[in-house]
Amino acid sequence: MSAYEISLISVIGINVMLAVSLNMISGFCGQISLGHGAFYGAGAYAAALVAVATHNLILALAAGAIVGSLLGIVVGFASLRVRSDFLAITTIGVNFLFTGFVRKQSWLGGEMGISAIPTSGLGASGNMALIIGFAIVTVALSLYINSSWMGFTFRAVSEDEDAATTLAIKASSYKLAAFGIGTALAGLAGGLYAYFTQFITVDAFDFIVSVMLLAMVVIGGIGSTWGVTAAAIVLTLLPEAIRFLNDYRLLVFGGLLVLVIRLAPGGMAELFKGLLSRTAKP
Amino acid sequence: MTVVLALTDISIRFGGVQALQDASLAVAEGEFIGLIGPNGAGKTTLLRIVAGILRADSGRVVLRGADVTGDGTAARVRKGLALTHQIVRPFRSMTVLDNVVLAAGYHLTSDPWRALIHVDRRAEIERAMAILAKVGLAGNERKHAAALPLGQLKRLELARALALDPSVLLLDEPLAGLNQTEASQQADAIAAVNAEGTTVVLVEHNLEQVVRVCRRIAVLNAGEVVSDGSPTQVMADPVVREAYVGDEVAAHA
Repeated sequence: MSAYEISLISVIGINVMLAVSLNMISGFCGQISLGHGAFYGAGAYAAALVAVATHNLILALAAGAIVGSLLGIVVGFASLRVRSDFLAITTIGVNFLFTGFVRKQSWLGGEMGISAIPTSGLGASGNMALIIGFAIVTVALSLYINSSWMGFTFRAVSEDEDAATTLAIKASSYKLAAFGIGTALAGLAGGLYAYFTQFITVDAFDFIVSVMLLAMVVIGGIGSTWGVTAAAIVLTLLPEAIRFLNDYRLLVFGGLLVLVIRLAPGGMAELFKGLLSRTAKP
Repeated sequence: MTVVLALTDISIRFGGVQALQDASLAVAEGEFIGLIGPNGAGKTTLLRIVAGILRADSGRVVLRGADVTGDGTAARVRKGLALTHQIVRPFRSMTVLDNVVLAAGYHLTSDPWRALIHVDRRAEIERAMAILAKVGLAGNERKHAAALPLGQLKRLELARALALDPSVLLLDEPLAGLNQTEASQQADAIAAVNAEGTTVVLVEHNLEQVVRVCRRIAVLNAGEVVSDGSPTQVMADPVVREAYVGDEVAAHA
């Protein structure tokens, strides 16, 4: 495998983790977040600092997940106060606060970021395997959650929080759980990214990243683990496959987003299901 | 006679309107009480305060001997209260069965981590099927809730409430929007639930059905309980006529 392919697969794995974890928050539990990049970034910075200090891969990745999750729970508390589009705007604010804060902190490298992050000791292919492993675990966890009573309850909270409350469901606990789990995985993805590039700057976690991740969720089919996984893979590959698109990445994502919302609100998952049922008929 | 639900001096003000003024009511175990009164009397407000959806400015709500005044809705439901909404609110994206299954698993939803490790739904499905049959929705289990007509949605709402094993069932206009036959059937279904021991508090405008099935009626007017007794007593009470017909007309009559 060429270095390019290894790096591409690593990026795909990280994007799958990010999109699938965002889908747990926005798809399963209905809490639209446009700040997933902040949790991803918080995890990356936490892991980078721990990696530089300890040279311990497991500690660094754990730090990424924990810091991502802690920040996620704090933002989750905001979701108890504000709903739907107001929450989306709040999370945009969180993303800008995060990047703005990091840029001014000399201990986080400011604009220059953190360089000289030690290697994981696994080599490029080893890193890739680690990322793919975690991406598979993330997808499996997502499928499991959706089949569990937690996923069932998420659907109720997502559809009608007040009605859920009258069925003895404490919606606030579920929203916090969704944020806690989803952002822990985003933080973990951040840690993996730090080891993958060995050099992080805050630009990698800005608002545009959050928008692209939410675009993956919507284009894949909000709430569908497989749809979102497929969208994360396709939308990572697309700009690579069609090089001239790379400069117009945002335009393409935005255009696809509008098309999906207008023509197939269920996203790729719905289109695929429609295709299956059509081919099943004689 | 054990009191399962006691409301003491409940008052609430919305802006310039005193919606409830020192309303008190004690409901005994197994009772079937109808809460009636003209529009704006405060019936739904009182029910929402009992359910914990609204907070009263003053007064206490005691459920089975425990003061629940400070509890949220979910906590009260777990302590034995169940509520149906005046405007039905099923989870439209779910099947009829899933709507009831979710309610039947209320003991699993109290803690998200417990919910996370629970996958098997057989016990809850079995209970939900039995409850759906009881309210007359057998055969509709696989339909999407969004596809049901109003009459059946009202039954679904009742089924969901019953799945919570309530000791006190609060019903907010469960007959509204139903035709005569449907209303009569639904009232019978509620009476059957009461006959099995569940205490029922019914807020309803359909006086004919209330008088037919309830064993006790309390009348609210302008935020106060103005009459309370058996259906015959209450319907003969001049205060009640006055409340419904209006002060002036009653004075001229």
